[in-house]
Amino acid sequence: MPEVKKVALRDGFGQGLLELGRRRSDVFVLAGDVAESTRAELFQKEFPERFLNMGIAEQDMVGSAVGLSLSGKVVFISSFSCFLCSRGYDQIRVSICYNNQSVKIAGTHAGITVGPDGATAQALEDIALMRALPNMTVVVPADAIEARKATIAAADWPGPIYLRFGRPPVPIITNEQDPFEIGKATIVRQGRDVVLVACGVLVAEALAAAQALVADGVESYVINMHTVKPLDEATLLTAARTAGAVVTAEEHQINGGLGSAVAQVLARNFPCPMEMVAVSDVFGESGEPEDLKEKYGLTWKHIRDKALDLIHAPKLRC
Amino acid sequence: MSYNVRVPSLQDLEQMARKLRRHVITMIAKSASGHPGGSLSAADIVTALYFRVLQHRPAEPRWPDRDRFILSKGHAAPVLYAALAESGYFPVEELGTLRQLDSRLQGHPDANLTPGVEMPSGSLGQGLSFGVGVALAGRLDHRNYHVYVLLGDGECDEGQVWEAAMAAAHYRLDSLTAIVDHNGQQLDGCCSDIMNVEPLADKWRSFGWEASETDGHSIEQLINSLEQASQVKGKPSVIIARTIKGKGVSFMERNLSFHGKAPTAEEAARALKELE
Repeated sequence: MPEVKKVALRDGFGQGLLELGRRRSDVFVLAGDVAESTRAELFQKEFPERFLNMGIAEQDMVGSAVGLSLSGKVVFISSFSCFLCSRGYDQIRVSICYNNQSVKIAGTHAGITVGPDGATAQALEDIALMRALPNMTVVVPADAIEARKATIAAADWPGPIYLRFGRPPVPIITNEQDPFEIGKATIVRQGRDVVLVACGVLVAEALAAAQALVADGVESYVINMHTVKPLDEATLLTAARTAGAVVTAEEHQINGGLGSAVAQVLARNFPCPMEMVAVSDVFGESGEPEDLKEKYGLTWKHIRDKALDLIHAPKLRC
Repeated sequence: MSYNVRVPSLQDLEQMARKLRRHVITMIAKSASGHPGGSLSAADIVTALYFRVLQHRPAEPRWPDRDRFILSKGHAAPVLYAALAESGYFPVEELGTLRQLDSRLQGHPDANLTPGVEMPSGSLGQGLSFGVGVALAGRLDHRNYHVYVLLGDGECDEGQVWEAAMAAAHYRLDSLTAIVDHNGQQLDGCCSDIMNVEPLADKWRSFGWEASETDGHSIEQLINSLEQASQVKGKPSVIIARTIKGKGVSFMERNLSFHGKAPTAEEAARALKELE
């Protein structure tokens, strides 16, 4: 494969915040310490009067953000995904979602690719937690460009929204000029035999899997399902009806994430053979991101193998 | 437009507090569920705020310059609803719909349903953080409103309360006043047995707050404390209001079983007679 440019999603987030700050005066950013790591620091340096560090106190940060947002401010809260979503869950549930306040929740260092920090720092349940909440929208950008666009789009989004960003540099796979709309999936590759539905850094892996599958005579749709909730059912179902087989791929637990969301739609509308590439209900561990992806089954090879399993098991077909 | 033209006398306010307590009993007895104890202990605090201290416009609930009252101990929703109804936010008759299907008066406050409610509560510990955000917004927007947050003493078990206490002092939010309804009891028993919160005032002081203690059933003392608190500069204030759970109804006072149990029709009748 040719060498591709790699940028961390959190850098896209920081860039998006900076652009928002320059464009409009009503954007505020709260940090739970770790602003350097989340890249919220970029905003802090240019707009210190619109930045508040709330300390290592995620629950309080959520509540304060709601109080601030009620006066019409566009408030982003930022921390590591595992601390923000898990520690602050009750506050996100009641103060943000039940209240239906449009606070923008930016969780960085999500997924197993946070790497050497190990299991306690690897948010692998956040998509499930966030998508279970009424009123919440869940966006998992595929690369730094999309992370920037998602951040900017979130500012105008009317309800509560969760944005998920990873830590390490990952391949740039979208273009600046590509349209990005919350809730509208992108078909990044047209196909025929199988649909690969991915979000986050697994979109790049799905594209690589699709390339590899050509050698097996398999043409794959690749859908970048950057919005896990609300799920773009129309785009999913159109492709699924053509191909008749679906593989999902996400850097998340198998329970409750993109795979579950896709299965829910397929089961009700077009039941068809389906496989899921995800972390199989275990905690992660320390290691380098690429090694962890390999060990926990999150690479293009795993996606390819699951796709071939589906295609070569016609007895499973409806 | 001017509101609260006539400043109510102490006697008026004491009469109002009795009225709120009567509403609390009637509402909870009718719905056959709810938390009378914590509403009765907070009735004088809520009366002092809504009928004397708060600058607010019941006909314009989202008036940007209104003082904010945040009920963090959300299970005392009945006394808040009673005060809102008596203030004119919605008809008093609506109080009879508490906890019923399709009612605007949920078991715990819902800011999107009930005019005058600032935030949802019912999961303890969240109100002070919200108050911090509202106070920060007031400063950023150059508005002069004051923010009052009513907490329970049992609620102070929650770690988030102290995260917010730290943040309020850090940001020197002198437009923020917390009131702790210190009735000394929580669901399972006395706070001192379940989880000791003492020395409560000193805890707040050590977090950088101006702390005072007052008789939470003396409306006169409450008004004085609230007015003093609003004059403090450079730091937030807390008023530890010493109260009695179930205050005003002899057989409910300090009676733990009325933390979250509705009175029977006969008990309600007796309670209402005592509150005449």
